[in-house]
Amino acid sequence: MAEPGFTLIDDGQAVEVAYGDGVERAGHAQGAGRPVALDLDERAAYLGVPASARAAALASLEAPDFALPGLDGRPHTLSAHRGTKVLLVAYASW
Amino acid sequence: MWQAIQEELRGFGFTVVTVALDRSPEDARPWIEAAKPTHPSLIDTRHLVADLYNMVNVPTIVWIDARGRIVRPNDVAFGTDTFKHITGLEAAKHLGALRAWVRGEAQPLAEARTRALQSLPTETDQRARAEFGLGQWLFERGRAEAAARHFERAGELAPHDFTIRRGTMPMRGIDPMGPTFREMLGAWTKAGNPYYRPLPE
Repeated sequence: MAEPGFTLIDDGQAVEVAYGDGVERAGHAQGAGRPVALDLDERAAYLGVPASARAAALASLEAPDFALPGLDGRPHTLSAHRGTKVLLVAYASW
Repeated sequence: MWQAIQEELRGFGFTVVTVALDRSPEDARPWIEAAKPTHPSLIDTRHLVADLYNMVNVPTIVWIDARGRIVRPNDVAFGTDTFKHITGLEAAKHLGALRAWVRGEAQPLAEARTRALQSLPTETDQRARAEFGLGQWLFERGRAEAAARHFERAGELAPHDFTIRRGTMPMRGIDPMGPTFREMLGAWTKAGNPYYRPLPE
């Protein structure tokens, strides 16, 4: 019987690994100061970005870049607007 | 909500970029189709922008200059006065300041002042976002019950983060405008906490 798998979601990418390997890597990430959410029943862990890294990026005042889809599904980056002023607005239907 | 200012200021080297922190493109679609935006109107089901910018509620606006630098950090502003009777916030004040900056009639905040007004995430905030991230991944895979446990944990870790506490309600089968939300909001404000935190200037 194959060993049950484990999913690590790291930097937004889900990677399939062996169960023991996944649990160990989640532990290492936590030990290295990363925020980790773990669910052994679901055999998955989410490795987040430490506050220190996010805070340093924001304090530099360089607007963090991102790529997100519109309704057409095509990715669009913030940095595509370099050279123009941008009003970034986060909103929601809720 | 923002299409009018987009049209007004587009000749000045300016664009609006909106990001919907929604459960799915389908949740955002009616809003986007009604607005008929000519600006990029993006969908962020994983709350990437909330994580990158430490956003904890909507609406949140950020001004970014032509060099890609933040010149006004996270602030609360509405494009219209549709919700003024609830929020007490007028659209005109922010729109006036935005116009002056975009047209080059007024300088934005100095860098030191911008930094002083920024709200930076704590380790607990980032743990909450990791719990949200795992919950959102589970939700995408049809594991709604497991997802709800992580969303609830995230909300306990970051009770001030309404992109989590309210934003996950649709994924937990809760009406985000309904009695559960009103109860949560009542408890929060009764304890002396503001729901919206506009910048002081």
